[in-house]
Amino acid sequence: MIKNVLKRILIAIPVLIGVVLIIFIMLRIVPGDPVTTMMGEHVNQAVIEKVSREMGLDQPLYVQFFKYVGNALKGDFGTSYRLNRNVTKIILDAFPNTVKLSVCAAVIAWLIGITAGIVAAINQNRLLDRLFMGGALAGVSMPVFMIALVLQYLFAFKFKWFPVSGYDSLACMILPAIALGWNSAGSIARMTRSNLVEVMQDDYIRTARAKGLMESGVIVGHALKNAMLPVVTMMALQISSMLSGAVLTESVFGIPGIGRLAVNAIENRDMPLLQGTVIFTTILVIIGNMIADMLYSVLDPRIREGA
Amino acid sequence: MGTDMKREESQNKVLEIADLKAAAFEDTAAQIGEEETWCDQVKKLVRQNKLAAFSAILIVVIILMAVFAPLVSPYDPYAQALKDRLLAPCSAHWLGTDELGRDMFSRIIYGARISLTIGLVPTLISMIIGTVLGLIAGYYGGKIDFAIMRMADVMLAFPSLLLAMVVMYTMGGGLVNIFIALSLVNWAGTARIVRAQTLSLKEAEYVEAARSIGVKSRTILLRHILPNCLPSLIVLFTLNIPSAILSESSLSFLGVGAQPPSASWGLAVVRGKKYLFTEPWLSIAPSIAIMIIVMAFNFLGDGLRDVLDPYLKEQ
Repeated sequence: MIKNVLKRILIAIPVLIGVVLIIFIMLRIVPGDPVTTMMGEHVNQAVIEKVSREMGLDQPLYVQFFKYVGNALKGDFGTSYRLNRNVTKIILDAFPNTVKLSVCAAVIAWLIGITAGIVAAINQNRLLDRLFMGGALAGVSMPVFMIALVLQYLFAFKFKWFPVSGYDSLACMILPAIALGWNSAGSIARMTRSNLVEVMQDDYIRTARAKGLMESGVIVGHALKNAMLPVVTMMALQISSMLSGAVLTESVFGIPGIGRLAVNAIENRDMPLLQGTVIFTTILVIIGNMIADMLYSVLDPRIREGA
Repeated sequence: MGTDMKREESQNKVLEIADLKAAAFEDTAAQIGEEETWCDQVKKLVRQNKLAAFSAILIVVIILMAVFAPLVSPYDPYAQALKDRLLAPCSAHWLGTDELGRDMFSRIIYGARISLTIGLVPTLISMIIGTVLGLIAGYYGGKIDFAIMRMADVMLAFPSLLLAMVVMYTMGGGLVNIFIALSLVNWAGTARIVRAQTLSLKEAEYVEAARSIGVKSRTILLRHILPNCLPSLIVLFTLNIPSAILSESSLSFLGVGAQPPSASWGLAVVRGKKYLFTEPWLSIAPSIAIMIIVMAFNFLGDGLRDVLDPYLKEQ
């Protein structure tokens, strides 16, 4: 088991280096001098050179890269051009909001997705199945910002059940969480259904039925356990699309999370902040994928024993 | 002379194998009726999945509307009429007018041009890149395979929207740059699937046969392996189109994509967002347009997968 964990960490390291390298290079082939962009065209050339030197931007690219990686390993992602604060601190301030949003969204996605998947699988090829699966595919097809806007209009503005924006109470989080979880709910429903349908044809299900178990017992006690394995992994893999979606949800509901940081960083041409945000987010995704892999082998004894 | 005879011998053997294979194929073909033609598959799709067939028709209609936009749309989508600003939907303006008095219905029709081009072109480019890299990685293996697949791992690690945002930051907003961003970002998934298929097809007898009679690697890849990946690629293409459309509208929604006065749907949504509580149709109508087109491609892709591609279905 420990060997397995170490192996996964070893695989993740080159990916991480690649991620940092790509972002680093991409943000540095931006046309125009970053210091001029930051301070404006009218500033004295001597001042610009001085600031450049202070920020280490006059050094060769590879020196800058190793310095950046070295600092990043110590948890320092540099200083924001615009806010003049440490990027790590800015990110850590915004991060809890994104986590709160994503966790609520994940819970909602699980609840809706799994229930819909089970109902559809039980009624395989009947009207209810078609209805739910059509609904799930429609859910996957809705742009995140559309769900957000419709929810905001109906439940915050028309019916006034929830606040229009904000992020400090649970009530504020419900609409954004539904908006963000909606797409995932669709994919989870589809996956739960197809796995459950497949598992229900296995021998041990026939055995369970033969020993006189009620159909609900067969599903909950035997089928679901096995059908859920890939769904668990998928959930962890969805961290990536959740974080993409969070950018949009946060922008609609005015939640100051990581996604908003990235959008603001682009608007303000704040390169260190954008760089820090994207790298931080991607590290989260990589860790999430790693956990998914490990979880799978912990949950599935066939893999656990084999490894 | 000796080598010639040997070659002839091996060629005979290959022909023999080919004959056997053909015979086996005929047997199975006889078992399942007859070989499925393109036409049969379309029929099967229509019979099995009405929704997919309907989606296909819908897509054709949308494409026709986009192509003939100047004929279909009642107004010029860029013509401002400030005295007619923010009109509610009425008989003159089916979907109302925006804050500059431009007819929303006409703008949505023109917006379809943008969404369709974004859906088709960058997806095609990224899939060509992905297919070539996947074929090379799967066929040659070794260090090339390792290098390409680690690159793919890195690309797949990024949340796609954020990576596209970084590319847009570097190159600036605008539709052409979205083209480039989406082409660069989305190749990795295709590369993985094509590689996996190439790995298994490489071991097929007919590929071995081709190799043993000295067919060049490039020809094997293009003539023998690629055609067998095509069903998966068609399905993948259909399913990648909606995600490209969603990416474009998301980027435009965030203000880093299409720039005004473009008729992009994502841009229309974010401009209408300001009037959400007073004129909700301004943001909801283009959102629904995005949803319809994305849903049509998703339903079609789903149907195609069931008909064409047992491989992707297992995944």
